[in-house]
Amino acid sequence: MQFTINGRAFEADVDIRTSLLDLCREHLDLTGAKKGCDHGQCGACTMLINGRRVNSCLTLAVMHQEDEIITIEGVGDPQGLHPLQHAFVRHDAYQCGYCTPGQICSAIGMLDEIKKGWPSHVSADLSSPVFDDQEISERMSGNLCRCAAYTNVVDAIREVADSAANDRTADEKDKVMADEVMA
Amino acid sequence: MKTFDYRKALTPEAAVETFDGETARFIAGGTNLLDLMKLQVETPDKLVDISRLDLASIDEREDGGLTIGALVPNADLAADPRVIDRYEVLSRALLAGASGQLRNKASTGGNLLQRTRCYYFYDTGSRCNKRTPGSGCDAIGGANRILAVLGTSEHCIATHPSDMAVAMRALDATVLTLKRDGDRRRISIHDFYRLPGDTPHIETVLDTGELITHIELPKPPSGRQAYRKVRDRASYAFALVSVGAVIHIQERRIARAAFAFGGLAPMPWRSQAVELALIGKAPTRDTFEAAADALLAEAKGFGGNDFKIPLARRTLIATLRDLTEH
Repeated sequence: MQFTINGRAFEADVDIRTSLLDLCREHLDLTGAKKGCDHGQCGACTMLINGRRVNSCLTLAVMHQEDEIITIEGVGDPQGLHPLQHAFVRHDAYQCGYCTPGQICSAIGMLDEIKKGWPSHVSADLSSPVFDDQEISERMSGNLCRCAAYTNVVDAIREVADSAANDRTADEKDKVMADEVMA
Repeated sequence: MKTFDYRKALTPEAAVETFDGETARFIAGGTNLLDLMKLQVETPDKLVDISRLDLASIDEREDGGLTIGALVPNADLAADPRVIDRYEVLSRALLAGASGQLRNKASTGGNLLQRTRCYYFYDTGSRCNKRTPGSGCDAIGGANRILAVLGTSEHCIATHPSDMAVAMRALDATVLTLKRDGDRRRISIHDFYRLPGDTPHIETVLDTGELITHIELPKPPSGRQAYRKVRDRASYAFALVSVGAVIHIQERRIARAAFAFGGLAPMPWRSQAVELALIGKAPTRDTFEAAADALLAEAKGFGGNDFKIPLARRTLIATLRDLTEH
């Protein structure tokens, strides 16, 4: 079987029953994603498939040979941390760290869902969800943290989301100024 | 997990052709099937991968209804602006179910076919007529807090777990299928599920190897819609009781009502008796009480789940109150 993971091509000769999680952990030496429950209940195995967050324990590797898969190893490394990784460190958003790779991959997918305007169960108006801590908690409910670092996880995600929003606002201001100069 | 033969289908026709034998299964999102295969509750000898079929679009129908491809992920269906605008109960039901990760993977067709979360169905050391026909039911007389109070039989008291399917029943959806002989069927969602009776392992009217291709929603109903779900925690839990509701009030009378329920029965439950108790009446507390009486007239608890009967009453009345207040 052939795979594209973190932008790299991989080949592996694995049993047809192999989950995407086991493929990465047991055969490709990508051990960042963790096996918590192996039943899709804890979120520790979360990866991004074509940019969407999924439970890698609940899908067969063989079904994803045409997809772009990103694991935590593809999100950042010690020399170049992803903003969410920085934020998790800054906010102490973990204790044992076992759920953290899944939390971060899930948060990346979740922030993209918000960017697309997707509503959630707690959105009062499904057409224009407001982004607040309650929304983060609801949208991250598929990621358990048995150390219960939840409040700090929310703070870390909130910081990155706010700074992305500020960057967008700054970009828009720049664009307005550029337009004015052009005019 | 038992091993299996894996085949990927590229067209619906090829999928039904490739499906042979009683124990083959179609796999789309796989979020429920693979979980059951790990536990060897499901032991298919062949998986037909339908995840790449061209059935992932939501198309407009002339009457304002929608045709939903069976492979549209739950997340995409919930976020579709047309669904939000015309079928809020469906969007709300989907968003009340599972987690962000699961909704990204789970398909519309698969959601209809997900299996019960009855503990005894999952535990292969227990007796379960749904898993092993004729073996008995350890849920009756066991830990049955999450199980059914309506539509049960002496052989099975499992609940259907889907939130989405409850909304589909409130919206009078139609399931479109392709059979192995090439015939296509249109099955009303109201005829799609079967009660357990003495064959709890047979849950729908689908034939072996019959593929769900689409779900059709009729012209959007007038009036207001809601989905209210009561569960053990605020997020990512199955319903103890849920209500999918559509209600239309004209001149202070209830002109139309469509009410479906989750967490109460072996299938998403639609109650005509509730609707008859509401239609033509003024939206008052007495009317709501009468509707709850009609819903629960035949309800039967099994000890651990007795609380669901008053909980269903209160949840229905609260939903009616919210929908009819200005």
